[in-house]
Amino acid sequence: MNRPAANIKTLKIDGRDVTARPEETILEVARQNNIFIPRLCELKGLSTVGACRLCLVEVKGSNRLLPACVTRVEEGMEVTTSSERLDGYRKAILELLFTERNHICSVCVSNAHCELQSLAQKLGITHVHFPYRYPVVAVDASHERFIVDHNRCILCSRCVRVCEEIEGAHTWDIMGRGIDALVITDLNQPWGSSESCTGCGKCVHVCPTGALSEKGRSVAEMLKRRQFLPYLTLMREDRE
Amino acid sequence: MERRTIVIDPVTRIEGHAKITLHLNEQGRVEDAHFHVTQFRGFEKFCEGRPFSEMPSLMARICGICPVSHLIASAKACDALLAVRIPPTADKLRRIFGLAQVVQSHALSLFYLSSPDLLLGMDADPASSNLFGVLAKNPSLARDGIRLRQFGQQIIERLGGKRIHPAWIVPGGVSEPLTVQNRDAILASLPEALAIAERTMEWFKGTTEQFREEIASFGNFPTLFMGIVKEDGGLTFYDGKIRMANAAGDVVADGLDPARYADYLGEKVESWSYLKSTYYKPKGFPDGIYRVGPLARVNVADRCGTPRADQELAEFHELQRTAVLSSFHYHHARLIEILYCVERMQQLLTDPEILSKHVRAFARPNALEGVGAAEAPRGTLFHHYKIDEQGLIRWANLIIATGHNNIAMNKSILQVAKHFVHGERLAPGMLNRVEAVIRCYDPCLSCSTHAAGQMALQVQLLNAAGEVLDEVVRG
Repeated sequence: MNRPAANIKTLKIDGRDVTARPEETILEVARQNNIFIPRLCELKGLSTVGACRLCLVEVKGSNRLLPACVTRVEEGMEVTTSSERLDGYRKAILELLFTERNHICSVCVSNAHCELQSLAQKLGITHVHFPYRYPVVAVDASHERFIVDHNRCILCSRCVRVCEEIEGAHTWDIMGRGIDALVITDLNQPWGSSESCTGCGKCVHVCPTGALSEKGRSVAEMLKRRQFLPYLTLMREDRE
Repeated sequence: MERRTIVIDPVTRIEGHAKITLHLNEQGRVEDAHFHVTQFRGFEKFCEGRPFSEMPSLMARICGICPVSHLIASAKACDALLAVRIPPTADKLRRIFGLAQVVQSHALSLFYLSSPDLLLGMDADPASSNLFGVLAKNPSLARDGIRLRQFGQQIIERLGGKRIHPAWIVPGGVSEPLTVQNRDAILASLPEALAIAERTMEWFKGTTEQFREEIASFGNFPTLFMGIVKEDGGLTFYDGKIRMANAAGDVVADGLDPARYADYLGEKVESWSYLKSTYYKPKGFPDGIYRVGPLARVNVADRCGTPRADQELAEFHELQRTAVLSSFHYHHARLIEILYCVERMQQLLTDPEILSKHVRAFARPNALEGVGAAEAPRGTLFHHYKIDEQGLIRWANLIIATGHNNIAMNKSILQVAKHFVHGERLAPGMLNRVEAVIRCYDPCLSCSTHAAGQMALQVQLLNAAGEVLDEVVRG
């Protein structure tokens, strides 16, 4: 499809001149140009919610930090994706995620294949400077094929979005507020008793950590496949 | 003279944290001794609620030295939950994995922890009584020890991907088959390991003459001996039935099903230690005292099943017409087992089936209860799990090798202390012997490798009023 040239925006990300379509976000443009911006809740093919705040970037002329996943590009924008200030905030966010639940990488099904873990490694986190909360949260293994382990959930809501937007089942949702929030199936009932769940497993594969996994997987064996997502989205859009 | 208590805290050159108290009577003679394991772990409790499929790796964290034993026993308990028969190649690969770990663990015990006593003597200066002291006096012996441990660890890494806490052993088998390159590399390393084992055996047999007094008093008393043996009565580390033999060397119980361990083994909790004491139920507590580990295994097994180890086993049995009773001979038994392990790995690796890609059986839980038992380097290891219908752990019980030996270890330090510790003043050699007898059993207390260097040793001689009469500080 030919688009009018006037619809192209030009901006700078980390000093590099880049071009973008007006409906694109800073994160999308950065990704196209191989500029790394950390994120956990955003996933290509799903709607964006700006929940994890890891993709906060500095934009010249703005006093506040802006989430790159939901901020559209503007003409002449000057974006900084990495600075001491941003790195500090990102590390603090990750450390708080680790303290919020019980993340024990060494015995996790997603060890070595976990987005939370690899991001922490990438940002050079070696210690957590906040006290751990050690909440007592349940493991629900009532589903025939899958397990939800709330100990490892970071409340990114990818499962909620993929279930609603791609599968169309809306089995998952989030219950409670703030620190008490939990992902739930149907009306907070055991997953195995959910009437809306189709058992498609998309939620398991978009989950960034070991919170959702296939039953019977041993430590480090839960590999997630997400390549299907953008294609599914594209096909849905074409049909519409 | 007043009644006194001597406390050795912590005990050095062992795996984990422990202290020893020696109770002296008015005449300054030792009248009682306790081996206190002072650490609390809680694995049986905090695994509750976890999916059973995580258990092998979770339980492997009990130990950094013998994680493979926990992986094997745990995976076998999970196999029982799945109620599957694992593929024959997976069975053989697990065996090789276990043998490699026995070699590296025995090398650690013998060379790193006990060779200073054997080479430098029980009365050596504590400052040099360590691997560096061995390196100075007999560099080739120290190098052999380091090399042998490396040999075992490298095999574990080749099979499992990493040396400590590999996640390769899974319920139903193993996660990856063996590659030709790794098989060939392991096979190529076997001759050197065998040569080291042979050299060390010769050296060890040459040293025993100077330890007559220790041999006579280091846990030299009648007990039962327990170990897993193959159907034909041969030595095994992976699978078989439990055999119990008495001090005369006669089999008192054979073909016992490891899954029914609770029928014949009792566990007793003592108020002064976090380590449970296990006893043979038909004889009750404490008469049901038995020993496990290298000495017990070579005492109960009819044969090793490999040529060199069998030769050495025959020679070993010449030490005593009955079962070999002195715990000092744990070291000797350990060397026989190293020979066996290397020879047995050769047999398994040259089996053409070893490269098969079929190494895992898949199933959902088909039983709500499962027991896995295997011979860890230090003795028989049991993992026993109960799950709910969703596959989440509801209850777990573990019996670790060191627990089986607990009564015997306590009795051994009493025997050693009665023989060597007396008088008003403490000499390092006296107390080192008390520690050295514990080292014979190679207890795995915390089962961790994160302790660096030599731990401090503090011994206090207290009178009944708690006043310090004498004190020795090391480290």
